[in-house]
Amino acid sequence: MTTLFTDVYMSPRLLAPGGTPADLSTHEQRYGPLSYGDPATVLRTLAASGLTGRGGAGFPAHRKFAAVADAARRTGRPPVVVANGAESEPASHKDRTLLRLSPHLVLDGIQLAAEAVGAEEAYLAVEDGASYLESALAQRRDPLRVRVVRLPARFLSGQASALVQYLSGGPARPTHPVPPVRERGVGRAPTLVQNVETLAHLALVARYGADWFRSAGTPAEPGSALCTLHTAGREVRVVEAPFGMPVGRLLPLDGASAVLVGGYHGTWIPAAEAARVPLSPAYLGAGVLAALPADRCGVTETARVVRYLALQSAGRCGPCLNGLPRIAEAFRILAGPGPQGRARTDISRWAGLVEGRGACHHPDGTTRLVRSALTTFATEIDAHANGHCTATDRTPLLPVPAEKV
Amino acid sequence: MDQHITIDWTSCQAHGLCAELLPEHITLDEWGYPLVDGRPIPPRTRKRARRAAADCPVLALKLTEERAPR
Repeated sequence: MTTLFTDVYMSPRLLAPGGTPADLSTHEQRYGPLSYGDPATVLRTLAASGLTGRGGAGFPAHRKFAAVADAARRTGRPPVVVANGAESEPASHKDRTLLRLSPHLVLDGIQLAAEAVGAEEAYLAVEDGASYLESALAQRRDPLRVRVVRLPARFLSGQASALVQYLSGGPARPTHPVPPVRERGVGRAPTLVQNVETLAHLALVARYGADWFRSAGTPAEPGSALCTLHTAGREVRVVEAPFGMPVGRLLPLDGASAVLVGGYHGTWIPAAEAARVPLSPAYLGAGVLAALPADRCGVTETARVVRYLALQSAGRCGPCLNGLPRIAEAFRILAGPGPQGRARTDISRWAGLVEGRGACHHPDGTTRLVRSALTTFATEIDAHANGHCTATDRTPLLPVPAEKV
Repeated sequence: MDQHITIDWTSCQAHGLCAELLPEHITLDEWGYPLVDGRPIPPRTRKRARRAAADCPVLALKLTEERAPR
């Protein structure tokens, strides 16, 4: 279960207050009407807002919109819009929370995006909750029909090229990114893939304007983001927070030794440093933040996550297929007490060999996590080499799905 | 315009022919997959580069005008 503290850090923009899902009339009452018919203004306002993608990469939304619209003009093919609600990262709850509480904000955003790029087809891709979203869609009178698609529950299902391949009738696995999906995506049409939270922000930017959007966050990194917060012994929370806010204000760090910033493709940062680090789209990923208590072992946590990430490799690209399982096995050795042999140097070398050598960012994200763990937990890894672990509590912090046998 | 080598990692099966044909740009990692140096292909090497692309048994080596977006 996820609890919500929607208005602790700012007045909530995206999540319906009180944790009650907003039906269409509540939604319209709360946000006011949305007008269509002026795609040029939508694109201009989007550019002025500085909205970046909330799926993890943080790419400026308006540039993707412009690239898709441009590819459509050049090829003469009407583009496709895909709202990405896959949220395949086990530690992230923000997209499903948004879709449950404020489905109409996302559905508004899909219509606006479709209009802005001139799309004639639109999809909303999710792992679960499809029938709930279909009934939300049935309440509306939208200009463009949106099809809800159920994705297989795998870590890489939400990767843009995997999503596009799945919607085109293939398996949900990443493909060679040339040409990119914005040029040739679903059914070979130019395709705009945007995270559902990005589209929800768009629905508000179109209503209230760029200046309103920029009233949260910093001038260089405007706006707010949904974050999933993991604190030991407490329920997982989804909050909305402005960029620029120090991580320490968002997450209670008393008794924490390190913070995982940006989820399973993110970075371990020592707690003292993390307390002052401002939330930034540069490393927030999909918004997962987890505080590791000092009495738990960050090496063990990382080893579990890296094993999961290795098993989630689509297995298509040689370096990822060969490298991630070796890195995971070496990390298992580091997580236990006793001699480590060449495990640390092996991990560093293999990290260099998988990075940048795959169709998607899975190897890059995994090595980011691995390298940050080697640095942040260096002292603990030394202790393990000398035969002891300083942790006293073995309860896992980070969620990893059970392995299928 | 500069030409670059791009590998389609979803196709590459570590045959290693490219490293034999273009040793000054491509070496092999410990699993036999190409390590590309990233430098642009100079005009005098282009013919061999085209051959490396054409001879790859799974056509995983591509010559592009710019580096692949990822």
